[in-house]
Amino acid sequence: MEVTFDILRRRSAAEKPFIQTVTIDGGRCATVAEALDLINAEELADDPIQWERSCKQKKCGACAMLINGRPRLACDTKLSEFRKSRIELAPLKKFPVVRDLIVDRKVIFDDLQKLGAWLDENAEADICGISYEASRCLQCGCCLEVCPNFYPGGEFYGASVLSVSSRLAAETPAEYSKRIYGAYNEHFYRGCGKSLSCKDICPAGIDTERLMVNSNAAAVWKRGKRKKDRQ
Amino acid sequence: MINIIGAGLAGLSAALTLAESGIRCRLISAQHSERAQSVLAEGGINAALDTMGEGDDTGLHFEETMKGGVYLADPNAVRALTENAPAVVRKLADIGVPFNRNPDGSIMLRSFGGQKKKRTAFAQSSTGKMIMTALIDEVRKYEAQGLVTRLPHHTFVRLMTNGTECTGLRIRDTYTGKMYDLNGIVIAAFGGMNGMFPHITTGTVTNSGTAAAVLFAQGVRFANTEMIQYHPTTIGIPGKRCLISEAARGEGGRLLVMKKGYPWYFMEEKYPELGNLMPRDIVSREMFFAKREYGTAYLDMTGVSGDVWKNKLSDLREEIMHYFPLDPKKDFIPVEPGIHYFMGGIYVNIRHETSMRGLYAAGECACQYHGANRLGGNSLLGAVFGGMTAAKNAAAYADSDSGMNEYRDDEPLIAELPAGSDERLGDILAGGLGIVRNSVTIKSALDRLDALQCTVAAEKVRKELGRAMLLSALGRMESRGAHYREDCPETLDEFAGVTVSQLAGGAVRITFEDIPERNDNGSNV
Repeated sequence: MEVTFDILRRRSAAEKPFIQTVTIDGGRCATVAEALDLINAEELADDPIQWERSCKQKKCGACAMLINGRPRLACDTKLSEFRKSRIELAPLKKFPVVRDLIVDRKVIFDDLQKLGAWLDENAEADICGISYEASRCLQCGCCLEVCPNFYPGGEFYGASVLSVSSRLAAETPAEYSKRIYGAYNEHFYRGCGKSLSCKDICPAGIDTERLMVNSNAAAVWKRGKRKKDRQ
Repeated sequence: MINIIGAGLAGLSAALTLAESGIRCRLISAQHSERAQSVLAEGGINAALDTMGEGDDTGLHFEETMKGGVYLADPNAVRALTENAPAVVRKLADIGVPFNRNPDGSIMLRSFGGQKKKRTAFAQSSTGKMIMTALIDEVRKYEAQGLVTRLPHHTFVRLMTNGTECTGLRIRDTYTGKMYDLNGIVIAAFGGMNGMFPHITTGTVTNSGTAAAVLFAQGVRFANTEMIQYHPTTIGIPGKRCLISEAARGEGGRLLVMKKGYPWYFMEEKYPELGNLMPRDIVSREMFFAKREYGTAYLDMTGVSGDVWKNKLSDLREEIMHYFPLDPKKDFIPVEPGIHYFMGGIYVNIRHETSMRGLYAAGECACQYHGANRLGGNSLLGAVFGGMTAAKNAAAYADSDSGMNEYRDDEPLIAELPAGSDERLGDILAGGLGIVRNSVTIKSALDRLDALQCTVAAEKVRKELGRAMLLSALGRMESRGAHYREDCPETLDEFAGVTVSQLAGGAVRITFEDIPERNDNGSNV
């Protein structure tokens, strides 16, 4: 079956974007990532689509892009999911475009640094059972892309800091937790409109609602950490 | 200021070690740490913590690592690794790695290949990701203090040397195309040579192998490049191979082939003591022969309990079901050995110094600790400890920062590889460096390599590193660990040494060097 890709390209941030349309034999590739490789090897060898990828098995978050308008990982998006044989690819919109499908996700890492996302003291073993879940975050940016409250440069840092602060809060001894709770309140809780779009979109399947419930209980409602039976 | 190439586990570990001593460093990487290959590591990290009441100790960890590597590793380096392993894992727990725990709160350990005691600390089946997350956050603390400067989206171009000594490096910003020269000591931590074998390894596709090839072309000595680990249980997915962790067998998975319509658990029959948990070289070789005779090999995990699936292997089941229309709780999983790890690489001594003064190497890009075959769980350990050791020894030579100087002239190494060039080289190397090798297939690969046309500089340097790998395999006329020669099946004392390769005067030269004598100062590196 033929599949047609409409790819939003841009030589650089300074140049105008344009749409390049390429049709390939969809039977030769299973995922969007594979289709991009095929397009670059055969159709556009002289002017390949620039895109970031690394693990190709949905564990690194490099290949996040808009696929039919939805932020997803190209390596985790199967062509068989689509009823129509026409697929739009575009760079994530909330981050500055470098070229083609590559965006600069620097703001994610800047916000984490501004949040002070690190442990001040040695970790204590996680009694909430959320450290593992939170540590799975890929920092791919898909949650920020769909979040109605996040914009780069704002004081609300979005779910990518939720995962990190949840881990840190879960592992910080109670007497030292004031700083991380304060940062969570200021840069996540106050700005979050609870749309939970992050939960629906997360390619790692992280239950952000659970992370929020846990963090809110401890940081906002001062109920202490919600214990969970150790696994 | 010290320059670290690579922001995976070894690079982060080196950066943290330097920053904790108040020494500034740059972390140079093509992408952010979250995209590094280290996040793919699954099964665990070895340390003789002896929390399972089995009477384990660091001496046994040392002996099994040496034996697993068929006595090709530096015993003093391995002693340092194994003696420091418990402290390394405890430090990781301190920075928040959510290791699975025993009911008493101690770190739980699982069984892994080539080890008679439970020694592998783990966080379900995503240990690499968990360690990376904790280390990234820990290093961030020092980024905020200005001790660690990250240069993401920058790639290594070449070392700067004064003939014999490394004085810095040239890097390229892939976003802007600008190049910069940086002075100072360099620690290479850019991962293994899997980019020499595109699409057929379990590694990332970011790794092109070119960084290693450039160092080789600049005269840095490499060692044991013929020692390539084929992991027994991988599955083919689009564009690469996907690992099924050794933890699958550590938690009860069994390998089989169908013989006369019935499952034959060949590893259990042939190796009653360790069975499916023999070292990877042996398992992969047995699979190769079993598959040659009986066709597809399978991993049987139907006997693994629901509790183990839920608490120790949850990610693994989800991953298998993502790629295959089967449920590992009920169905056999078709598996094949695939290229997973390079025991060989940049030749380093116990202090992680390379043959070029001013250049250090750690992690998978370095040849250290694993000899002819790496035990599962020793790679994360080797990366963390190697990064610490390289940093500790490089720290003495740290100089003041002379900034980033833009370089504007021609640089032949940055020309893109022509389309398909890497696959052609990979195909030739795979032909000569399979699980089972012989002089005919290696020589045939060398002939094909000679005929390979190269147009750009990066292709030429990659070709010479490939030649070193093939010549090393040809020169080692014995079978040892991952290097199995059908035409020389015995392990011979005369080859109990390191295969050293070096490019000198335009030609690849292979020599054998003695392994250092064992002394009692191992842990003091």
